[in-house]
Amino acid sequence: MRAAVQEKQGTAVRQLPSLRGATGPLIGLIVLCLFLTFATDKFLSLRNFLNVLDQITVLGVMAVGMTFVILIGGIDLAVGSVMALAMMVLGYLNVVAGVPMGLAIPLALAAASLNGLIAGLLITRFNVPAFIATLAMMSISRGVANMITDGQQIIGFPAWFNMMAIVRFGGFVTLTVAVMIAVFILGLLYQRYRHGGRVLYAIGGNAEVARLAGINVQRATVLVYVVCSFLAGLSGMVLAARLDSVQPSSGVSYELDAIAAVVIGGTSLSGGTGGIGGTIIGVLIIGVLRNGLNLLSVSPFMQQVIIGAVIVLAVTAETYRKRK
Amino acid sequence: MTTRSPILSLRRIQKSYGPIKVLHGVDLDIYPGEVVALLGENGAGKSTLSNIISGTVQPSAGEMTWLGRTYAPADPRAAMDEGVGMIHQELKLLPKLSIAENVFVGRYPMKAGRIDRKAMEDRARSGLHRLGLDISPDRLVEGLSTGKQQLIEIAKALTLNARLLILDEPTAALGGEESQLLFQQIEWLKSEGVGIIYISHRLEEIRQIADRIVVMRDGAKVQEFESGDVPIRTIVEAMVGRSLERMFPALPVPTDQVTLEVRNLSSPSNAFRDISFSVRRGEVFGIAGLMGAGRTELVRAISGADPISGGEVLLHGRSVTPRSPIDAIRNGIVLVPEDRKLQGVVLDHSIAENIAYANLREISRGGWVSSRRIQLFAEDCIKKFGVKGRGGQNAGELSGGNQQKVVLAKWLARKPQVVVLDEPTRGIDVGARSSIYDLIIDLAREGVTVIVVSSDLEEVLGVSSRILVMAQGRQAGILNREDANDVSVMELATI
Repeated sequence: MRAAVQEKQGTAVRQLPSLRGATGPLIGLIVLCLFLTFATDKFLSLRNFLNVLDQITVLGVMAVGMTFVILIGGIDLAVGSVMALAMMVLGYLNVVAGVPMGLAIPLALAAASLNGLIAGLLITRFNVPAFIATLAMMSISRGVANMITDGQQIIGFPAWFNMMAIVRFGGFVTLTVAVMIAVFILGLLYQRYRHGGRVLYAIGGNAEVARLAGINVQRATVLVYVVCSFLAGLSGMVLAARLDSVQPSSGVSYELDAIAAVVIGGTSLSGGTGGIGGTIIGVLIIGVLRNGLNLLSVSPFMQQVIIGAVIVLAVTAETYRKRK
Repeated sequence: MTTRSPILSLRRIQKSYGPIKVLHGVDLDIYPGEVVALLGENGAGKSTLSNIISGTVQPSAGEMTWLGRTYAPADPRAAMDEGVGMIHQELKLLPKLSIAENVFVGRYPMKAGRIDRKAMEDRARSGLHRLGLDISPDRLVEGLSTGKQQLIEIAKALTLNARLLILDEPTAALGGEESQLLFQQIEWLKSEGVGIIYISHRLEEIRQIADRIVVMRDGAKVQEFESGDVPIRTIVEAMVGRSLERMFPALPVPTDQVTLEVRNLSSPSNAFRDISFSVRRGEVFGIAGLMGAGRTELVRAISGADPISGGEVLLHGRSVTPRSPIDAIRNGIVLVPEDRKLQGVVLDHSIAENIAYANLREISRGGWVSSRRIQLFAEDCIKKFGVKGRGGQNAGELSGGNQQKVVLAKWLARKPQVVVLDEPTRGIDVGARSSIYDLIIDLAREGVTVIVVSSDLEEVLGVSSRILVMAQGRQAGILNREDANDVSVMELATI
């Protein structure tokens, strides 16, 4: 009787945060926030919190797509370059060719998605390892992004575009933050409650089991890379709004930040476990850490060292917990 | 037979994995210059025994004497240093390295801290010469025929001055001519005083080369013949023997209605060719054969998991030849695969999720699923099909028998027409097997068409009303239950 009650509580507690193994990162985030609250006098304020949200928008949107890819046991190294490509397509269409934003943005997102489609087809039809396929796409899309203006930046977007990243609606969130939150929510819902999201866990857990269970592994894989590239493009729109300009050198090594956020959030690189919930926490940890270190006037070089240490800490803690 | 002393003696060798005993005290002597054929069905303990001799596995009890001294190799390297070479069924050569590098891998001759390539190639060349092979030792292994590669493995063992060679199914991948070449080399090795343990399923070649035959069954040595010239029938009878009767439920009487028909089915890799049979509603159809006979490939093709190059699969007279598992599942043909842990369940996901993966469309409403709905669906299946476990438990925590029930449960919820089970009780302890048999027979009784592939002869005989015997990818024959017994099946399988 008592055992039954305990068991019930056990599942209830497990499902309450329902973070799929992200409880560790959540505790880490809380500890980090508490520490910064006492270590600095500026950290705990609405204004600073909103700043943090503004700063993580690009990473946040990108990391959601990366989570799906890593969930099926894949990797996407191209997202940083794809982001730059989408930005350059946007700038060229709108500023140089005079296409209105309402059309330029969807076209830029389509250009980004096309990269994912190619990568996905290379991986599923031609059995190119994901690492290699996306490494190639990283180089190709970066090159194309540079070719559009021969490496020059583009400025001159309509004034309202930049305002999307500045004006806080209702004194609270900017439109870019709203986009990120919408992506988070849709990502969470998709992963947890949609047929297509559940399938990703099966594929990452064991692709052969999934195939034999009648899951269309190839189609799901292509779709995941398309979505990841689409979101990389969307993060490019967010960055363009924030900078009010686009340049082909944007987003270098962003793919590594996105992978770091996913891994800190508890999603296993071998696939099958983890999810968006953890990634949101991972993104917040990186954002809060950067913000806090700035407030503490830690040098940017030291910040890189600390973020590296956090990745190691997060993953070893997770491995250690699992072994137990 | 002689007064010579054996090079290797085994006394009361035992091996257990946890509670399961796979070797029950085996005695064996190997004399110099003789070929001892080690025979037995799959799982009789031949591989375990040869792994113990070659240092890959350590015995749980018993002792070995090598050239008069106590012998207990800690690893294959130690066994090699003593002069025991094992040539595995799957070749373990590195294709991108040269023959000489392969022969000396891990123990390159050194000179002044560097690899002495010249000495290496010279010694490799002399090893190849001893085997009558005229190939340059600096050529890459890649592209050499399987037979040549086999001989290079032997050359590798010879450069170690091996006094005992264990050959595990050396002719499995060889053509007739290559086999003859190998046999010549074996004769020559014998004359050099090398002792040879020869494991093979091809009984006709045993008569040609064996000096002595040792038959194993269920982890024990059951019979020894002091000559290689023994009728195949006698050997087979010794191999299958008469072991404890297992409990099989009474078979239902199949209907006359043919559900599944397979016509001239062939595989692109030639793993099986020109297979034709039909199975009726409510019938359990067994498929038997030795390892590598193409059984698994055949049933995987029928259920869409492997490609088909010719022929067709019909369901109720309608062609449903599947191109993917999805096709087959849609038509109600489902597969319980051979390797439960790699193909059947995702080990570190819960039972509920594992069951859900095959039924997501049914569980979801308009594409929406919730953990609660998955849980409810799974609990229902767990109860109905007698899985011992809770829905939230990881599949990896379950016993083999219960994992197999999870695989079955995920399919049975779909009410399939044809259930294909590949090695349904492999790795499952004897006690749990009967509940799997009950499930199989119950399925047939409910009108499902069941196909069972098994290496366990008694199992196929126990649950099937007819048995297809395959040999080297061909259809060797279909036996009715009345005519099927250990001997008739084995005779067809070893043709």
